[in-house]
Amino acid sequence: MENPDRRPTDRTLALSTVSRPGVLRNRAVIIPALIVLLIAGASLLGPAFLPFTYWETHLELGASPPSLTNGHYLGTDLLGRDLLARMLYGGRISLLVGFLSTAVSLLIGVPYGAIAGYLGGRIDEIMMRIVDVLYSLPYMFIVILLVALFAQPGTVDALVDVFDLAPHNPIVSWLRGPGLRLVFLFMALGAVSWLTLARIVRGQVLVLKNAGFIDAARALGQTPARIIVRHVIPNTLGVIIVYTTLTIPSVILQEAFLSFLGLGIRPPQASWGTLVSEGMQALAVAPWLLIFPGGMLVLTLLSLNFLGDGLRDALDVRI
Amino acid sequence: MVRYVISRTFSSVPLLFVVITVSFFLVRLAPGSPLARERAMPPEIRARLERHYGLDRPWSTQYWNYLRGLLRFDLGPSYKQKEASVNALIARAWPVSATLGALAFALALLAGVMLGCLAAVRRATLIDRSLMFLALMGVSLPNFVLGPILILVVSLNLLWLPPAGWGGTRHIVLPVLTLAAPYVAYIARLTRAGMLEALQEGYILTARAKGMRERRVLIGHALRAGILPVVSFSGPAVAFLVTGTVVVEKIFAIPGLGNLFVQAAFNRDYTLILGIVLVVSTALFLFNLLVDIIMAILDPRIRYGKS
Repeated sequence: MENPDRRPTDRTLALSTVSRPGVLRNRAVIIPALIVLLIAGASLLGPAFLPFTYWETHLELGASPPSLTNGHYLGTDLLGRDLLARMLYGGRISLLVGFLSTAVSLLIGVPYGAIAGYLGGRIDEIMMRIVDVLYSLPYMFIVILLVALFAQPGTVDALVDVFDLAPHNPIVSWLRGPGLRLVFLFMALGAVSWLTLARIVRGQVLVLKNAGFIDAARALGQTPARIIVRHVIPNTLGVIIVYTTLTIPSVILQEAFLSFLGLGIRPPQASWGTLVSEGMQALAVAPWLLIFPGGMLVLTLLSLNFLGDGLRDALDVRI
Repeated sequence: MVRYVISRTFSSVPLLFVVITVSFFLVRLAPGSPLARERAMPPEIRARLERHYGLDRPWSTQYWNYLRGLLRFDLGPSYKQKEASVNALIARAWPVSATLGALAFALALLAGVMLGCLAAVRRATLIDRSLMFLALMGVSLPNFVLGPILILVVSLNLLWLPPAGWGGTRHIVLPVLTLAAPYVAYIARLTRAGMLEALQEGYILTARAKGMRERRVLIGHALRAGILPVVSFSGPAVAFLVTGTVVVEKIFAIPGLGNLFVQAAFNRDYTLILGIVLVVSTALFLFNLLVDIIMAILDPRIRYGKS
């Protein structure tokens, strides 16, 4: 998105704020970053300090409301599982999917955009045409299709056959458990979110390509690959950082979306999406099951979006 | 312009063809069968069913027959819902989704553009800051969280509107609000950014210097350029809306295309899956084409650059 608050005349002034201490002193960056770190830290370490696990059921405590006396501070779900434990565990999954899928999209999108932009001409045209085509597909339908059709035991059986794996190989048993769904989520979400990144990086590279220092590198006889890796990509880092920060919440949102439809993580495992979905089903009897996980999801997305906006202003990046 | 539209239309036919071909073989590659039932089926009945639907033929023959059907706009029979053709199922479901989507899109455009303009005109005031905070909130509020909360408050506590179903006007309000909310927020942000950019252009100064009334400067000149990012976003926006309807239809138990698709994917109802993918892809393509044409009309630079 454009950043209208920075006019070209502000640019010289903004240069001083590009330095790192400047960014770290910026409240619009620090506060959301701290909230994200807090949520991530709690999800990572919190379960170890809780007296309950995310899967332990206590039917006699089913759907008990939040209470300070029985230790279930956020209440329990219909099966009597501690909601706080499930939210923190769900946070691990949601954040893991968010970060890893974003990493996948970085790995595809950055080189793709940089190569297209740097080489230019016919190659650029073809590469960007492919991106346009992929853009115009109803990709969420395709993701739904892929996950619904392939994320099931039959696929693992086929893999075992094709690669001749031992049936009790730890990887195979992990795939039979939560693994296959997770792998599909990473791939599907990563594979669809690189498109915008590729476009943005390409746009930046087109501007950079004619810069003096790139000419100089070329005149010194450096290879295109080296120029892209050493000179082009480092100079697009600001844009990449900002856009990555904005991609993470959108991936987390999409994972939650799929889990909400029953296509993501399977019980007893949880992600924020499955928790919201369980909460919706118990809306009339146990509204806290919707409000707390939904609130945590919204807080995370809001912080990441604020962080992206703050970084964009602080680094003076235009997307 | 006419040539551009014609060439875009023709270049999209191969794309739809590829989408259909890939989906066709993808559904058949996946483990499981549309004929699988809860209980095991006697082999002779299964064989008869397979013969009835042509599923015993080689894939190439099935593919060929399917394409021949498509030429007659025949999407085939549903494998799961007996006595129903895919055409009939889609014909029943799409008006529901289209109504939902069109209303949500109209609301998002109207409210988003108005709020964005307000924020841009009152730039850096309290109104602007609170609107933009709300907008960021809206962008971060997924519709599968907003929808249930609306049901909880409006339907279950205040008893104002029905919590689910599809019928009268009363059923439409909550789903449309749920679907539109994130796009109102996003479009407001885009409009504000576009307007602020446009307001710095020289021609705005010229218009003001000529003594034009502020309202005309804003609506006739600034908005015309400032709205471009919104128009170019509306292509992807409709794609996202289509995705959004899947969730909203599930939340409010609405018998639309999204619900039908998720069911079909779980049931491995090959023809229904393919039919919906084809219809949605075609609709998205047509809409993107429309957006490009509107862009060209609004922005003379695009129009003249192309010809």
